[in-house]
Amino acid sequence: MLQGHQTWVFESKPVIIGSAAIGGPFEAQGNLAKDFDLLHGDIWLGQDSYELAERKFLEEACETAIKKAGLKKEDIQFFLSGDLINQIMPSSFTARTLAVPYLGIYGACSSSMEGLSLASLIIDSGFAQTALVGTSSHNAACEKQYRYPTEYGAQKPPTAQWTVTGAGAAVVAKDGEGPHVVASTIGRVIDMGLSDPFNMGAAMAPAAVDTIEAHFRDLNISPSHYDLIATGDLGRVGHRIAADLLTQHGLDIPVEKLTDCGILMYKESQPVLAGGSGCACVATTTFGHLLNRMRKGELNRILIIATGALLSPMSYQQKETIPCIAYAVSIEM
Amino acid sequence: MSSIKRKNLTSVQQQYQDFARAREPQRPILANCIRAFIGGGIICTIGQGIQWFFITYFNFDEKTAGDPTVAVLIIISVLLTSFGVYDHIAQWAGAGSAVPVTGFANTIASASLDSKSEGFVLGVGGNMFKIAGPVIVFGVFSAFVVALIKVTITSLGGM
Repeated sequence: MLQGHQTWVFESKPVIIGSAAIGGPFEAQGNLAKDFDLLHGDIWLGQDSYELAERKFLEEACETAIKKAGLKKEDIQFFLSGDLINQIMPSSFTARTLAVPYLGIYGACSSSMEGLSLASLIIDSGFAQTALVGTSSHNAACEKQYRYPTEYGAQKPPTAQWTVTGAGAAVVAKDGEGPHVVASTIGRVIDMGLSDPFNMGAAMAPAAVDTIEAHFRDLNISPSHYDLIATGDLGRVGHRIAADLLTQHGLDIPVEKLTDCGILMYKESQPVLAGGSGCACVATTTFGHLLNRMRKGELNRILIIATGALLSPMSYQQKETIPCIAYAVSIEM
Repeated sequence: MSSIKRKNLTSVQQQYQDFARAREPQRPILANCIRAFIGGGIICTIGQGIQWFFITYFNFDEKTAGDPTVAVLIIISVLLTSFGVYDHIAQWAGAGSAVPVTGFANTIASASLDSKSEGFVLGVGGNMFKIAGPVIVFGVFSAFVVALIKVTITSLGGM
């Protein structure tokens, strides 16, 4: 049901009955290593290309999520997935492996929450009993496509972020045990005229703020409703801007409540500059770490705001600015 | 940012960009310059050492030792790129590792490595000069223009 301008409230409260996070070697050294279901020692996974390796990550995440939900592949009625590679190749090829009805989506790094919103909508509307959401990113594949060759020696500025290698997946169902998806706010595309692809945090922060404000306005609740509000891969730079922007707009969120998946992912000592990014950043943090904390009873209500920078390597070369989007999903135990 | 670029922005966008810039860490330009000086200096010193080696132990003079020296530096750079070391050196040294011939070798080697999965013709062959290509194109063109100027001046009786 639509509430306010852009928020869907899911009356039937779809349940996340199983979720999985798969990571690479760099993530294994990070803060959230314990919350990954599987961590790989190399980024190739025995495949011939980075893109195939990313597909492998996504396939493993989907398989693990289905297994943890106590289901079989055949029980999944719809599969929604997105990633960063041209024409969402890992997602579509994983859908080929799964052989279930598939909806390919693209929301850049926000794909996980875009997918979760749509999956919840499908379940809530009664169009299916079970849906699978997946998303992946691969550091080397992403660098290769969006920036320079992976081994090219270019000095990155302190505002640059590190793309997470991994994949996250979640099974959303009508009934079952687990955290519930209660509401989701669909963001607008916000472009503040920034064009530096090495400063995504600053470009995406206004989109996150816009969606957070819309969420609280539409549902007429205050930030105290949530135990944790986590933005997706804004990194240290974007997180600081978003926090200050929210305060400026009169929405005071306590410092300990507002966090960012890009900051949570890695240790301070890791050379990730401003923090983590990529589809898998929000996906693995939410479907791994945060949902685990909810299941343990440490958190009851959380709000995840996944942000995405909707640029392409071509739009950057044509000197276009970076349009950004954010999706907020409210999850309750 | 240049003022022309700013002119196309709305006042809200301009306000936000100032707001954001105040909260972004700046590139440490002075530290980067010092690192580039040290990094580039070390690479050139190694090159000088290799040249000295060729002159002292082989039959090269100062003029002819240049070619084998550059070849050795290129091989070292390509090896370091392939072992995944060069990009880490570059993150520290910045322009210091980009400007010498080793940086040029790195652009070609890294582009080739990444494109190998697309095959030798369309992948490696097609993308090898992805980054180095523009340098060659505009380098050759500038040399051509400079040569034209020189020829013109000489034929007019100058120099």
